[in-house]
Amino acid sequence: MPSVRVFVTLKPSLLDSAGRTVADALQKLGFDEVQGVRMGKLIVLDLDRFEESQVRSMCEKLLANPVIEDYRFEVDE
Amino acid sequence: MRVAVPQFWGSNCDQDALHSLRDDLGVQASYVWYEETSLASFDGVFIPGGFSYGDYLRCGAIAARAPVMDAIRDMAQAGAPILGVCNGFQILCEAGLLPGALLRNESQRFNCRDVFVRAAQQDSLWTRGIEGVLRLPIAHMDGRYVCDAETLRELRAEHRIAYVYCTREGRLDPTANPNGSLLNVAGILNVKGNVLGMMPHPERATRKSFGYEDGLRVLSAFTRANIAV
Repeated sequence: MPSVRVFVTLKPSLLDSAGRTVADALQKLGFDEVQGVRMGKLIVLDLDRFEESQVRSMCEKLLANPVIEDYRFEVDE
Repeated sequence: MRVAVPQFWGSNCDQDALHSLRDDLGVQASYVWYEETSLASFDGVFIPGGFSYGDYLRCGAIAARAPVMDAIRDMAQAGAPILGVCNGFQILCEAGLLPGALLRNESQRFNCRDVFVRAAQQDSLWTRGIEGVLRLPIAHMDGRYVCDAETLRELRAEHRIAYVYCTREGRLDPTANPNGSLLNVAGILNVKGNVLGMMPHPERATRKSFGYEDGLRVLSAFTRANIAV
């Protein structure tokens, strides 16, 4: 059964306030190499068949909001 | 004027919306379940706040794709007055009825307090005659309005920024911005000017006994719409 991992991330031009908070926390723990953190979502789809156009359509209709987010996906056949 | 108040799983300002319309504004109002496909017996819509579908995926994302939204889209097209407050604003953006999106507050905090807003223009159904500063409550985690530069240019050129956060004296100042919204935006309009989305809650400021009634001035567009639209 194919499994698809969809990664949804905030567009780079937008302030990711959650990412900034996590970056601050990492720096406070002494990880001074951290220059920035971007948070996102991982959505795992279990499908009975994989069609790229269908997954693209799922992303565009619901899983990602093109106004603020980018997406990409990986397939495990 | 008969106003529909759609209810989604997780709406929680639906009673405030209904009672402010019925008891304080004096218009007819009824709840409508999210599965409804026709709003033929209504003249306007008030999409209430809350945490529809637990804010899962993105605030308003699931509600924006509910059956009742197709009927609301038709009414928007026909020029009926439509108001979305808080989660209702997020739903209107997710449904594509308003441009842009609402992101997590810059402070990363749920912000529950009173703010001051003023109408950025007075030539729309939703802002006509609204002079001076209004005091309204906010209660949200995701109210930071964003849109791309092109959309922002359009919003400004077409006078579609309806309400902005300001100081008590009415000054547009970054310190009066509770969530990091672009240009202090508190509410915006669609192209036709009949759909308003805003983060502050006019329905919670409708009686002297609540401490303020500035919200009634915003809601009164529903009564003006009988003549205006």
